[in-house]
Amino acid sequence: MSTPVNATDASFATDVLAAEGTVVVDFWAEWCHPCRQMSPILDEIAEAHPELKVVKVDVDENPAVTMEYRITGIPAFKIFQGGKEVGEIVGAMPKPVFEDQLAPFLD
Amino acid sequence: MGVRQVIIIGSGPAGYTAGIYTARANLAPVLVASSVEPGGELTKTTDVENFPGFPKGIMGPDLMEEMREQAEKFGTEVVYDDVVKVELEGEIKRVTLGDGTVLEALAVIFATGSAYRKLGLEHEDRLSGHGVSWCATCDGFFFRQQVIAVVGGGDSAMEEANFLTKFADKVYVIHRSRTLRASKVMQDRAMQNPKIEFIWDSEVVAINGADSVSSLTLRNTATGETSELEVTGLFIAIGSDPRTHLVHGQLELTEHGTIAVDGRSSRTNLPGVFAAGDVVDPTYKQAVTAAASGTVAAIDAEHYLESLPAQMKEQAA
Repeated sequence: MSTPVNATDASFATDVLAAEGTVVVDFWAEWCHPCRQMSPILDEIAEAHPELKVVKVDVDENPAVTMEYRITGIPAFKIFQGGKEVGEIVGAMPKPVFEDQLAPFLD
Repeated sequence: MGVRQVIIIGSGPAGYTAGIYTARANLAPVLVASSVEPGGELTKTTDVENFPGFPKGIMGPDLMEEMREQAEKFGTEVVYDDVVKVELEGEIKRVTLGDGTVLEALAVIFATGSAYRKLGLEHEDRLSGHGVSWCATCDGFFFRQQVIAVVGGGDSAMEEANFLTKFADKVYVIHRSRTLRASKVMQDRAMQNPKIEFIWDSEVVAINGADSVSSLTLRNTATGETSELEVTGLFIAIGSDPRTHLVHGQLELTEHGTIAVDGRSSRTNLPGVFAAGDVVDPTYKQAVTAAASGTVAAIDAEHYLESLPAQMKEQAA
């Protein structure tokens, strides 16, 4: 099983861009209620998919990557493969819906 | 788990209040709160200043946490999943959850509230999360020192506009007429806010932008003239529609699209099925009216359960 990693502006390149396989980055904030609802769902998905790396970025603390990836609403999830952004999932949603949207990026 | 007495669907003020009352009536309610929106619309607001008993105001999410705690304190079981199917005919009602669990009960209370209305424009969904938003408290943070717009003329539009001025340099409020539906106090607050400018008699006819919102096309509702407004964000607050998709074909609806109930009661056209809160209310839609409506549904459900023959009641745990 894998547990989510907290990435920062400084560690984003290592934690996300240099990572092998598929990475899901969860952009969130403490004050974002829907983000708090999605957090346990992401934990469950991380647990169910050991091949997937789940990374969390607190947008309050990490303005540089938040700006760079043009986050204008949270929760927002960006999917990376080989250091490239390959997809995104925006908004809070039930777990089955999230899994459906994530499925194309999983082998 | 066997057949229960009552299932409550929804976790806004109506749902949690129905939970408090049915739990205190020893009906051991189970309340399906949804997986991503427990607490309902109020969790997306900031200060609630008109809920009696809170003269200093209370944050919407905090109010909903208190209501949940109060419902649980008396024995409401809260389930964080979504209802995907309901079968309401017959004496035993069935409610299917997202994870496949089927709950059964003698009575069901619908308190599913309402869902944000969309503008229905071409790029609205594509640009959602890229400048288009329905939640100022969620997304306002990302519009620091920017110029943005709110569309709508009700209380929620005024609240969003005022809230957004904490971040944005300028907030336009676009409204299709010259009269606002918002309460006087909310109107005055918006009108007096130096960062807010009203654009009257106008509707949004297009949202423009390649990767994110760059401008809006507005049409003057009086003259028909169109114009461009450069903004990086659009917050949509044009009201909401009752969330009734689960019961289409099973429960009667009104011409407003709300679930039809008998007079001042919460009784729907099916025995043992009750409805409360915004899903029955085309007019008032307040936290306190929803809570009151949840009380009505709880008491109606209690009376209904009392009226059932003894052998029916024995089926329920």
